[in-house]
Amino acid sequence: MYGRKKLVIEEKWCKGCGICAAFCPKEVLEIRAEKVAVRDVEQCISCGLCELRCPDYAIYLVNMEE
Amino acid sequence: MPSDLVHLYMRIDHLPQIWCPGCGNGVIMRDVAVAIDELIHDEENSINREDIVIVSGIGCSSRAAGYLDFNSIHTTHGRAIAFASGIKMANPKLHVIVLTGDGDCSAIGGNHLIHAARRNLGLTVVCFNNDIYGMTGGQYSPTTPHGDRATTAPYGNVDRPFDIANLASGAGASFSARGDVYHARETIDIIKQAILHKGFSLVDVYSICPTYYGRKNKKGDAVEMLKWQKENLVPTARYYSMSEGERANKKLIGILSFNDYPEYTEEYARIIALCRKAKKK
Repeated sequence: MYGRKKLVIEEKWCKGCGICAAFCPKEVLEIRAEKVAVRDVEQCISCGLCELRCPDYAIYLVNMEE
Repeated sequence: MPSDLVHLYMRIDHLPQIWCPGCGNGVIMRDVAVAIDELIHDEENSINREDIVIVSGIGCSSRAAGYLDFNSIHTTHGRAIAFASGIKMANPKLHVIVLTGDGDCSAIGGNHLIHAARRNLGLTVVCFNNDIYGMTGGQYSPTTPHGDRATTAPYGNVDRPFDIANLASGAGASFSARGDVYHARETIDIIKQAILHKGFSLVDVYSICPTYYGRKNKKGDAVEMLKWQKENLVPTARYYSMSEGERANKKLIGILSFNDYPEYTEEYARIIALCRKAKKK
């Protein structure tokens, strides 16, 4: 994983629509048991497209320092 | 723990929102929050959070006024623009943002929409356009495409749809634009420009309703519906670099029309000043 941000998942809010996983350019995410799950965090480039298109605010990036 | 953006601009106790899985409305509501956040922190065009008013009507889209943590009012069906007009007239310095849906603003509220546009009253209307009445069970709306199915059009819709952005522009809105769920970053920028615009601004944002519109019309799930948007809706720069042939059946995401026609509350203030001056003489 490079970039400065950490991927955070708010599992309770996830409705499993799959938008984040489908449009992740690095295939970091997948849907497991109707919830988003991290498949390979090493590939994450902190682009934030998952956060941008998650209708449920269930996935987002935070700065590493926090 | 939700993200900082959600913490800052949404009512956490009302979340998670109750829109269906994959509904585009959540993305559009976030676009509005990001647009406002970026404007608050913009050194050149900074706006105050206290000056923002969110007004909504009735429908799936209109729940957004309850989730967003600003001065907000959730009004009656179709009347969001009417309430917003009153607020703007009473205090023109406010940034009044109407969050509405295709049914709310182009069917029962159609008259309010065209007359606010005609007057060029300084509101920002963001229409969550999902081509259907979701909340009440999937009836066709004024934007359901011809031939498409809805619970009230089991053999296909007979009507021709409104193009809400062009409707507003034709009625006199000085800013009319189109956004969508897939192109969220572009849509945020369009909403920012709409908020900063002095006259009436309308952003027709194409949402997705996988539950009713998608299912009734075999459009697939939320992911499939967003893939359709990715392929068929084209942001401005790319759209104008395409040939006539490539543009066929594609729709532009961006600002469709723009002019500097005088804003209504400013014109109204001018009349008040004129009358006061006449009285003094």
